[in-house]
Amino acid sequence: MAREVGRAVVRARVLIRPKAGILDPQGQTVERALPALGFEGVRNVHVGRLIELDVDDPARLPEMCEALLANPLIEDYSIETPDP
Amino acid sequence: MRFGVIRFPGSCDERDAQLAASRVGDAEILWHQDRELGGVDAIIVPGGFSYGDHLRVGAIARFSPIMTAVDTFARSGGPVLGICNGFQVLCEAGLLPGALLPNVSLRFLCRQVELDVVSAASAWTRACLPGERLSVPVKHTTGRYYAPEPVLEEMAEHGQIVLRYAPGQNPNGSVGDIAGVSNAGGNVLGLMPHPEHAVDPLTGSTDGLKLFASAAAQTPVAA
Repeated sequence: MAREVGRAVVRARVLIRPKAGILDPQGQTVERALPALGFEGVRNVHVGRLIELDVDDPARLPEMCEALLANPLIEDYSIETPDP
Repeated sequence: MRFGVIRFPGSCDERDAQLAASRVGDAEILWHQDRELGGVDAIIVPGGFSYGDHLRVGAIARFSPIMTAVDTFARSGGPVLGICNGFQVLCEAGLLPGALLPNVSLRFLCRQVELDVVSAASAWTRACLPGERLSVPVKHTTGRYYAPEPVLEEMAEHGQIVLRYAPGQNPNGSVGDIAGVSNAGGNVLGLMPHPEHAVDPLTGSTDGLKLFASAAAQTPVAA
C-alpha cells in the first residue's frame, strides 16, 4: 500500500501478556527462581512478549492485534505509540 | 473414502497420519500452497511444528492458501481432524473453540495416556462407544487446553467435549481433563494425543485406528 506523502512511519510497541486469571507457569517459575538468587520481595511475575513494528497507520494496530499478534482468548495486549 | 493430509513447512507427522488413514481408506498428502482439496472426503491437519511455531503455535499456518479451502470444507460439514499441532491450527483458525497453552510443567511430554470417549457422536468417534477407553500417546509442549468457563458450559451442552484424559492422567493441566473437542456440528475434531501413532500392535495399541475408521464409515460429503 502506498504511503501518503509526508506521513511519518510510527514505531510502535505491542506488549502481550497472559490474560489475568489464566495460569502462567512461566511467570511462576521466574517468581520462584528470583528468591533462590537472593532477590526477595518479588510477586505477581508474568512473562509475555514484546513486538516492535514500524507502521504507516497506527490506527490499524488494534485490528492487527486481534487478527494475528495476540490471541485475545488467552492474551491481553497493550499498544504503545510515541506521543504525536 | 479418500483422506487428504496437509503438509505445512514444519509438519512432521503427516506420513504417519497418511499411513494410519490408508488402513481404512485411501490417503494422500496435500501441500499447504494448494488452493483446492483435490476432491478428498476428509481432511487431516497433522502434528508437527508448522512454520516453526513462530509467534504462537498454529498462528501462522492458518494463513496458508489451503486453509481457505479447509475452512469452506469444514463449514459445509466435511470431516476435519486436527492432531496436536493440527489441533492448535484449527483453534487459531476459529474452526474449534478454545486455545492451547504451554504444559503446566513447561516440559515436552512423550507418553502413552488413556482417553475416555465422552461423545461418540462426532464424525471421528462414531466407531467408539461412549465411555470407551483408548490408549494413545501424547507428545507435546503446548497442550494445555483452555476455554473460558461460559464457552466450556456451552460446549458440554452441545456434546463438543469429545475426549478426556482418564482420571489422574491429565498430562498438561488441560481444563476439565479435556483431550479433544469438536465444533458444534461434530464434523471437526481436534485432539492433542496422536491416534496416528496407535494403529499397529507393534507400538502397543491400535485404539487410534477407531478415529480414522469412524470417518471412513461415513458417506462422503464432498463431491
